[in-house]
Amino acid sequence: MLARPERFFADRFGLNAGTMERLLGSTLAGRVDHADLYLEYRVSEELVLEEGAVKKAARHVSQGAGIRAQSGERTGYAHTDDLALPNLEEAARQARAIADRSSESAVVAVGGDGPPHDLYSLAEPPIAADLDRKIKLLGRMDAAARALDPRVRQVIATLGSEDVVVMMATPSGWTVGDVRPLTRLNITVIVEDGAKREIGSFGGGGRVAFDFFLEDDRWQRFASEAVRQALMKLGAVDAPAGEMTVVLGPGWPGILLHEAVGHGLEGDFNRKKTSAFSGRLGQPVASELVTVVDDGTIANRRGSLNVDDEGVPTRRNVLIEKGILRGYMQDRLNSRLMGMEVTGNGRRESYAHPPMPRMTNTFMLAGQDEPADIIRSVPKGLYAVNFGGGQVDITSGRFVFSASEAYLIEDGRVTKPVKGATLIGNGPEALTQVSRVGHDLKLDEGVGTCGKDGQSVPVGVGLPTIRIDRMTVGGTQV
Amino acid sequence: MQDLLADLLKQATRKGATEADAFVVEDQSFSAQVRLGQVDTVKHAREQHMALRVFVGKSVAAASTSDLSPQAMTRLVDEAVSLARVTSPDELAGLPDAALLAREIPDLDLRDPRGHDLSPEEKIDLARRCEAAALAADPRITNSEGGDFGDRRARYAYATSHGFAGEYATSSFSLAVSPVATRDAEMQRDSWYHVTRRRARLDDPESIGRIAAQRAVRRLGARRVKTAEVPVIFDPDMAASLVRHIAGAASGPALYRRASFLVGKLGEQIASPAVTIVDDGTVPGALGSRPFDGEGLPVRRTVVVDQGTLRSYLLDTYSGRKLGLPSTHHGARDGSGVSVSTTNLYLVAGDRDPGDLIRSVKNGLYVTELIGFGVNGVTGDYSRGAVGMWIENGELAYPVEEITVAGNLLDMLHAVEGVGNDLVFRDRTAAPTLLIGRMTVAGA
Repeated sequence: MLARPERFFADRFGLNAGTMERLLGSTLAGRVDHADLYLEYRVSEELVLEEGAVKKAARHVSQGAGIRAQSGERTGYAHTDDLALPNLEEAARQARAIADRSSESAVVAVGGDGPPHDLYSLAEPPIAADLDRKIKLLGRMDAAARALDPRVRQVIATLGSEDVVVMMATPSGWTVGDVRPLTRLNITVIVEDGAKREIGSFGGGGRVAFDFFLEDDRWQRFASEAVRQALMKLGAVDAPAGEMTVVLGPGWPGILLHEAVGHGLEGDFNRKKTSAFSGRLGQPVASELVTVVDDGTIANRRGSLNVDDEGVPTRRNVLIEKGILRGYMQDRLNSRLMGMEVTGNGRRESYAHPPMPRMTNTFMLAGQDEPADIIRSVPKGLYAVNFGGGQVDITSGRFVFSASEAYLIEDGRVTKPVKGATLIGNGPEALTQVSRVGHDLKLDEGVGTCGKDGQSVPVGVGLPTIRIDRMTVGGTQV
Repeated sequence: MQDLLADLLKQATRKGATEADAFVVEDQSFSAQVRLGQVDTVKHAREQHMALRVFVGKSVAAASTSDLSPQAMTRLVDEAVSLARVTSPDELAGLPDAALLAREIPDLDLRDPRGHDLSPEEKIDLARRCEAAALAADPRITNSEGGDFGDRRARYAYATSHGFAGEYATSSFSLAVSPVATRDAEMQRDSWYHVTRRRARLDDPESIGRIAAQRAVRRLGARRVKTAEVPVIFDPDMAASLVRHIAGAASGPALYRRASFLVGKLGEQIASPAVTIVDDGTVPGALGSRPFDGEGLPVRRTVVVDQGTLRSYLLDTYSGRKLGLPSTHHGARDGSGVSVSTTNLYLVAGDRDPGDLIRSVKNGLYVTELIGFGVNGVTGDYSRGAVGMWIENGELAYPVEEITVAGNLLDMLHAVEGVGNDLVFRDRTAAPTLLIGRMTVAGA
């Protein structure tokens, strides 16, 4: 639906690479270490079905520009949703006024970070797919979920799609653009059995076409997974409380990595030395079975990007290699101040936010073990396969993630389902307790959103089945 | 702004909408972060957007845009109307009864006419002073995530096709700092903040800095504790988080979807008689106040829980109709439609001195921070990561971390054994110190 980014902004707003460079050049030149302009045009659509009918349909358009000037550690950021040139000039003046104190350096030429990837070219972006087909799919999901079990009382199915066109420029005359499709299909069911009521949720998506949901009857699997989870929880017993062995299933439980090590390895916290991982490059922070990467280059994944929001092509970055801390995730500012290379992790929620180091798709590489053997190795513990959200205190390293589907392991066998419980650990130590790693690495279905400093960005996680010898489980059963 | 809305609604009606409502918001904000005495990030922003909701017969759809040009407005109307033709009709959809609309727009003192006049340098200086006070408060404060000052002014206008037109302006000011305390290899960060609608009412930067430093230093030497069932005291900010969970379960959309542990509990005892929870959108100058709700209905004071009895749900027009109840005027309008939000929500103060509550506990936990999302709104099952102080023989003995607190929200409400007299409105939701008789603390 949308043209190439360069053409798009030129046709719609009369802004081409030349105007952008002149704007940055004339207002910012010679006074700052780095400056850039970020243009964004976003169209999004949301459809919500409940009680068997699509009751909510909404379409949003937002557009704007963010201008940034940096001098030393100082960042000035101004943004406007009016893309008229005088407004952009005013925003540039404000950004410079903020950063403008030091006089020693001229603008550092940025560029030459390599060509962007081509990870999600689609014949038809999801936002452009026929509305009737989308609404029909939501209706079929509702019917499928209700047909599975009479205890299904409520079904809420949502389909969100967006298309974001971005273009970035620096005064050195370098511009790069990207068109980013994204979609997500989700289903939540409420089941009731007598006075007992439970909820189950499942979904997925990515930088994919609408047809993705029809392939392999994916939509049907989402519906049956949500129903299965909800019914399972109806019969759940109280979760145990205290330290025990925990086995995590493959896929979405990779949220462990996102919280336990991911945030702590973002460049900003390490430059400021406020991360529990500060100054630990080259040191062991995990068992030698553990290799963790952050990879923004996987085709069609929710966390992938052709270029990050500073125009740097994303990469596959090894964070932990066989237990040894190898690298941080960086944006331009923090890589410059730390004297490290950029890693393609400079991301922002929208034009209204300055970029910062963020994760893309973060996962642990597969090991050798048979998943069934891993469970068999545990005399008494918890097997957790689905999670809600997680959170971390970067400085102390303490992190949590909340299991929404978990079972007791008794004598090497998975037995009763337990109620949801939060798992808590300490980032630099948690992965040293990993004693088994399965060969079944799986990436999540494409539902993750990460929040940091009030900015949300889509991300992915992944994990093979792993055994953690010791972790605290926050149930109620003492 | 009203002219713009009137024009938009007229276009919508002409293009087939039977009813419509719309809002426009204009927003200007500034924020400054100072770290270790140096300016780190300064942000300036101007934003505006407009949203339209249309009913075509009984089908509804919404659209929004940040481009307010005439062409964009025409596109907005076309998109909303064509979307409404594909959604399903819903007998209960529609604007509220016109007779219920707010007739007067009260002046709730939400705008500070001179508060924004400071120069950027003066604003930066407030953040700098706040951080400097934290850094100077204790030699163990060795680092910082920075001091922040922010201010924002916004103008909001709302109109409906059945005759409502209202607008108001708001101001807000915030000051916060997150210092890091160190001892040997241990690092602990904490923070303190204040948010107000009048700049002059902001706590002084030095006191915010000192409190933040005390909070960070207090966490040094944190240990884990053995798993146990013990009394748990929630400090006022953490008690407020519990009140938010209750409000979430009492909100109309969760109830008619049967996704709440308060389904069918209206009129029932859901908490200890010590618990009274009120939502009051009429408090002059308060952060959660608004002169009318997201559907143009007048705001009011609602007793949600009265001495333990659930007296009212929190409803907008649609969720009220679904439940056979009138709106409680808690509609919140956003770009996609109407949902429910609280205004100034608080748990009414009791008569216990918070120090007495602590002294009444022989062995238990005092919670100062909670992390994670382990709350199931459908069942009330509750399990979150906690940081705090361990209570031994009525004294705050030592800091604790890497533990969880767990229970069920309904059980916890019934187990409230003491309510502090220390209610202070620091945010839109507030509560005094709360003592809950028994919860599971999981640790080593």
